[in-house]
Amino acid sequence: MFFVGSIFTGSFNLKQSELDTFLKEQNYKSKVIKGTLEKAVVTSEEINIFQFSSRVIEAYETSNNYYDGLITKYDSEKKWDKKGEQYQYKIFGKPHSLSFMLAKKAGKGFAPDNTTLMWFLTFGLGIIGALLFIVPDVVLLGKPGIKNDGIFLNAATNRGWIGWFAFVFLVTFYILLYFYPDIIVNWVFLVDPISTSISGNPASQWFLYGFLYCVVMSVMAVRMYIKYRHNKYQILRTTSVLFFQIVFAFLIPEILVRFEKPWYDFKNAFPLDYDFFFKWNLDELIASGSFGLFILVWGILLTVVVVPIMVYFFGKRWYCSWVCGCGGLAETLGDPYRQLSSKTLLSWRVERIIIHSVLIFVLVMTGFALYTFFYGADQVLGIKTQTIQDIYGFLIGSIFAGVIGTGFYPIFGNRVWCRFGCPLAAYLGFIQRFKSRFRITTNGGQCISCGNCSTYCEQGIDVRAYAQKGENIVRSSCVGCGICSAVCPRGVLKLENGPEKGRINPTEILLGNDVDLMELVNNK
Amino acid sequence: MEHIVIIGNGISGVTAARHIRKNSDKKITIVSSENKYFFSRTALMYIYMGHMKFEHTQPYENWFWKKNNIELKKGYVNSVNFDKNLLEFSNGEILSFDKLILATGSKPNKFGWPGQDLNGVMGMYHKQDLEKLEKFAPNNTVCKRAVIVGGGLIGIELAEMLRSRKIPVTFLVRENSFWDGVLPVQESEMINKHIKEHHIDLRLNTNLKEIKSDEFGQVKSVIIEETGEEVLCNVVALTAGVTPNINFLKDSIIELGRGIKVNRFLETNIPNIYAIGDCAEQHNAIGQRRNIEAVWYTGRMMGETIAQTICNNRTEYKPGHWFNSAKFLDIEYQTYGWVFSERNKKENETYFQWQHPKENICITLSYDNISRKFLGINTFGIRMRHEFFDNILTEKQSVEYVLKHLADANFDPEFYKLHETKIVEKFNKENGTNIQLKKKSWKRIFSS
Repeated sequence: MFFVGSIFTGSFNLKQSELDTFLKEQNYKSKVIKGTLEKAVVTSEEINIFQFSSRVIEAYETSNNYYDGLITKYDSEKKWDKKGEQYQYKIFGKPHSLSFMLAKKAGKGFAPDNTTLMWFLTFGLGIIGALLFIVPDVVLLGKPGIKNDGIFLNAATNRGWIGWFAFVFLVTFYILLYFYPDIIVNWVFLVDPISTSISGNPASQWFLYGFLYCVVMSVMAVRMYIKYRHNKYQILRTTSVLFFQIVFAFLIPEILVRFEKPWYDFKNAFPLDYDFFFKWNLDELIASGSFGLFILVWGILLTVVVVPIMVYFFGKRWYCSWVCGCGGLAETLGDPYRQLSSKTLLSWRVERIIIHSVLIFVLVMTGFALYTFFYGADQVLGIKTQTIQDIYGFLIGSIFAGVIGTGFYPIFGNRVWCRFGCPLAAYLGFIQRFKSRFRITTNGGQCISCGNCSTYCEQGIDVRAYAQKGENIVRSSCVGCGICSAVCPRGVLKLENGPEKGRINPTEILLGNDVDLMELVNNK
Repeated sequence: MEHIVIIGNGISGVTAARHIRKNSDKKITIVSSENKYFFSRTALMYIYMGHMKFEHTQPYENWFWKKNNIELKKGYVNSVNFDKNLLEFSNGEILSFDKLILATGSKPNKFGWPGQDLNGVMGMYHKQDLEKLEKFAPNNTVCKRAVIVGGGLIGIELAEMLRSRKIPVTFLVRENSFWDGVLPVQESEMINKHIKEHHIDLRLNTNLKEIKSDEFGQVKSVIIEETGEEVLCNVVALTAGVTPNINFLKDSIIELGRGIKVNRFLETNIPNIYAIGDCAEQHNAIGQRRNIEAVWYTGRMMGETIAQTICNNRTEYKPGHWFNSAKFLDIEYQTYGWVFSERNKKENETYFQWQHPKENICITLSYDNISRKFLGINTFGIRMRHEFFDNILTEKQSVEYVLKHLADANFDPEFYKLHETKIVEKFNKENGTNIQLKKKSWKRIFSS
């Protein structure tokens, strides 16, 4: 409550000198923006973030409209030189980002002035509240074992009103984060001290996101530890994703920045890390000398060598549910929603179409980006590289991976992005399906078709369809979370890495029946 | 085209239908009065517990049947006219067939207890029982206590179900320890203890005398035979085993025992009429199996077998080595081969047992004390590989061989603590042997 409420607190205004410095830093050439921004936010009035945001954006638009007007004017008067001159005065970039940067400077009030106290009231109380909810489960859940009682009778985990509320909350959060960062500037203030202590810089909204991500994962990991305390595979896996998130995705990149190295997450492999081959990234890496070069080589090796070899030996689970950040959130925050994924054949078809389309999209885009990088041409076949990158960033990077990928947890289950969208998962999936030692072994004829495995498969795999035929489960989408094996009441499923021979074992008659009949039917 | 009609859409009937479809284009109709679409009976408990919804218990989506040209007919068969090959339904409809497969399953036993048909008395077998339970025991304010009569697998499942909604449960078990006709004492006692850990009021050596009614014909209490004690309750569950569901055949020419009598080809005494699954009764027991086996997988295997016969490949029903599994609250149980309880085992059968000092984990290995041949294993809290033991039993390996290769047999999830060293140590100590545990070998596991 405090957390959401804090958005509304505080006032925002700038001093003349602050604005001047900012404009200088940004190197805006527009003469209009200075005037309009002055009018808008250099004030002694106490305006809240919403007013502040709309004023800045108005100033931004006034400025751009002014020059657009000039451009049209000179265009009609055929004064080409004059027209060309005007473009430099236009301000590119997103208006809400401008507003965010200004608000970051302009913020006054309780939140920015009392970061520690406010941090405690928002993050601190949030963490304590969540833990108070989670920790009593040690006793309430009773003896260690599978505890799924009441999941489909609960409004939070069966698409009831709490589920829908969580959905709206998460979607709103992601929309604000990606598209209206200025609105949540007060939250960013709260993590400024933490950011400064790690990277030396004040926090951006991405720092806030990274920090929040780690906090949410840690808290929900406690829940996992309690719920699956009888299952060592789950305990180790949860520890692993938590470690990689906090150390690799959060701390190391920020510390790199402190040493004036490029921000880089060493475990984030292309093509999930879709902007790795963008010109700006390659330029930055090359500009950072030998260390940048090291990152460049590592990034390529990771995708081309490390990932496929590891998938061969362990299946894609080593990445998707032991290392990956997206997977990490899905396996902690998302665990209560895993049963909501659709298991229909139709959804499997849709999944294959979408995920492979995204893979093709990212590969084409990267082709464009590399062409641009090597040949300097900013367009290929008449299509601007920048445009295609922007479209991917918006549609896939933000909307699909963020808003839908996480926001839809309470509706479509916790692996929406990993199942339908992630191009890296698609790539790993090919290897897992066709050249890997990993499988989920079905234990002979023990399956009783109860369907716990399918119900709790976050990837929407109809595990039972294989198990009840005595077949091992070899599917490209399996992330090896191990929950099917955990929830099976009859000990039928086991995740294993073994010889490729016999990994896929189509059967019609199951073990236990007449040996001759099995041979007759299974080997015909 | 030949018309195959199957009565019953449980695992036996549905498996038969699927395999007949795989091998032929005969016309297939499945008749059921319980539910139009096949669902997994074993999962009904999870619906009440909120682990699943009904749709999750359906192994095939609803379009599957049409796509595979299997007709589903909802209706209750009153009687079968074997002269004219006709089914007569309760609503007066009739359906003709060329071949009939009876796969009608079981129904809960009732032993003529006074009050056994009151409102609030139920079994736990059909989908309708689940609906009844939801009606009479939706929570612990409507149902202040439930009494379960009969200490078998369904009884303990029902106790688990009711406890998931925090309903107090009294569990009346006739035997002096839970399921001790089947389980060795070590295991039966562990389960007794575990039942109590789940706050279930377990009463051993206790029989039901009668069920008392309130003025509305609703269960009010039960009276216990031994003590005369009255236990107040709103629901009574009768889970003292099941019996073949064959009443509609009682006055026909088909040969009946407790179930429908069949030969090894699952043929009844009438040509073109077959019986499979829980309702079929073998003339002579197969191996050490019972004549009637109400087990999920035997139903499936009979379905697989009968489909061959129907599709002109007359095949004998030959179940392989006995195996089974269950879950008692939090404790998983698997068994391969035969391990009889102390009460039922023969002289030559010897146990080797090991129990974890703290956790609910234990095993019993049964072997022939003269030939040292391995006979069977029960495991609690440890998963074992079916294929491994199937081979061991086929090859008639010794108990020493099994212990030596215990690592190959383990089927627990990765990173689980293994107890093999401790187990082998104990065996060596007790038997003065020097068995060295071999490392797990993929080669051996897959060479079979």
